[in-house]
Amino acid sequence: MPHEHPHDHAAHAPIVASHAMTPYEKRASAIESLLLAKGFISAEAMRQKLEEIDAITPALGTRVVARAWVDPAFKAQLLVNAKEAIATLGIETDALTTLVALENTSTIHNVVVCTLCSCYPRALLGLPPDWYKSLNYRSRVVVGPRGVLREFGTDIPADVEVRVYDSTADMRYLVIPERPAGTEQLREAELAELVTRDSMIGVAKARTPVAV
Amino acid sequence: MEPQFQPGDRVRIRVNYPARHFRTPGYIQGKIGHVVGVHGAFRNPEALAYGGDGLPKQFLYLVRFPQSHIWNTTPAASDTLYIDIYEPWLESA
Repeated sequence: MPHEHPHDHAAHAPIVASHAMTPYEKRASAIESLLLAKGFISAEAMRQKLEEIDAITPALGTRVVARAWVDPAFKAQLLVNAKEAIATLGIETDALTTLVALENTSTIHNVVVCTLCSCYPRALLGLPPDWYKSLNYRSRVVVGPRGVLREFGTDIPADVEVRVYDSTADMRYLVIPERPAGTEQLREAELAELVTRDSMIGVAKARTPVAV
Repeated sequence: MEPQFQPGDRVRIRVNYPARHFRTPGYIQGKIGHVVGVHGAFRNPEALAYGGDGLPKQFLYLVRFPQSHIWNTTPAASDTLYIDIYEPWLESA
């Protein structure tokens, strides 16, 4: 009984596709159709995988950073072998074989880009933000990192080395932002709330606790 | 199989624009930097891109460059670029 409700169909414009498919969308759609038709994957398996991918959020990464802030031994292990360290937190690490953690300090500020495409530690942070994939960010942060960081509201003092990591191959980079001052009394879960996605890419610092 | 380069080695990134998929950005080609780490050996993405097995594996290096050696702009003297480069793209410098 789809049409017994009383709303007026003239009240809104008809719903139409918002844009013509781009060549890449057409290609992806064609490949998807072939994989399904030839039985390489099932629609259910694909739906499930998409759901898994979408379910990963930066929250996983914030747990890793907060633990690194409170546990020097964990941080030391994280910087040497990120996968082993993260596995101790009970986080799924199958997709993390090539993760490298970079520590921001009072003298070094790391920022990550993939100039070639959109390489990103998806297993820990989920899907990358649109700006990370944009030609604008990818082309400009390697040439003028300080200016780009300033656009994100992040001023790096002149005596701090800015290290741009161009993630061109199999390694994925996670930035461990500096622990904000005045957080000595906070518990690990409270610290995790100060860690943002952007601070783990390196375009921002961790949030400072709101003054009570 | 042993890596050909070690941390501290001075290397030049080869200049090559093959008419196929490659993963060494143009901006770093021809530049001289220093190896800071050996990540290990990985299947060659330039072969994987075409459905190959990517074997033999290639060593992947982390290479450091001062920003001021890459660009004609005037970046801060302290700022650096770290980039992952496969062994076939490196030569001693």
